Amino acid sequence: MTRVATAACGLIMILGIAACGERVQTTASGPEKKADAPGWQAGSSAYLAPGYSPGDRTSWEAQLRNRAQAQNDFAVPK
Amino acid sequence: MARMKFICDAERCIECNGCVTACKAEHDVPWGVNRRRVVTLNDGLPGERSISVACMHCSDAPCMAVCPVDCFYRTDEGVVLHDKDTCIGCGYCSYACPFGAPQFPTNGTFGLRGKMDKCTFCAGGPEANGSVAENAKYGRNRLSEGKLPACAEMCSTKALLGGDGDVVADIFRSRVLNRGKGSEVWGWGTAYGKPTQGKQPGQPAEGKKS
Repeated sequence: MTRVATAACGLIMILGIAACGERVQTTASGPEKKADAPGWQAGSSAYLAPGYSPGDRTSWEAQLRNRAQAQNDFAVPK
Repeated sequence: MARMKFICDAERCIECNGCVTACKAEHDVPWGVNRRRVVTLNDGLPGERSISVACMHCSDAPCMAVCPVDCFYRTDEGVVLHDKDTCIGCGYCSYACPFGAPQFPTNGTFGLRGKMDKCTFCAGGPEANGSVAENAKYGRNRLSEGKLPACAEMCSTKALLGGDGDVVADIFRSRVLNRGKGSEVWGWGTAYGKPTQGKQPGQPAEGKKS
């Protein structure tokens, strides 16, 4: 009977100490990062660049390339 | 798709602050926060130069390395973004960044420091592309609309170039060639000195310890 009481008392003490413990704060144990959608997956925007097909990666990359080339004032016009 | 990069041509920048204004207007950036700014060296003196500075979207970003809550991430296009829901506004990234890119809004009577805000390369944040939530937290997501950053596209002298790093580098190289310069302004020798530079006459090519 004494052993059972001692064991129960010990268990309560251990649980009590655990409540005072510090939670793990490493990044691996933290919340998962929100996944960001790729840039070529456009939302329903009224401001899409003309000639760009939303959701088409090839079209998106071509659009950005063309716009980047528009910054080149030494480019030979086609 | 290669990495997205900014480059500012100091020979062309006229310190008009058009890029700063375009950024603030496009993203409705709060008072006191400047995602982009123009820095002038030797102001008022011969040889004055200005460059437009914002987040450079570093390949090995120090802000990302020091963030205690790991709120930064990099997109497939090499754009460094952060999650404002995770950011605690500690300011470590501000100390780590060599360009002063991280900005902190001050709110309320006591000027409490808010969550970090910085240039997103007009690519928004982790919320759905083009959503109201993304717009409210990070500003407009021009990249998902098939457009380049507003600052670069608005630049009147085309000093600030933004886009795919390869394309932007080619544009800058063609400008340098048109200015009558050549390979002498490119490469490791220019950045770190040629092997013959800095030596005294008669000094051996390879220094020996006695």
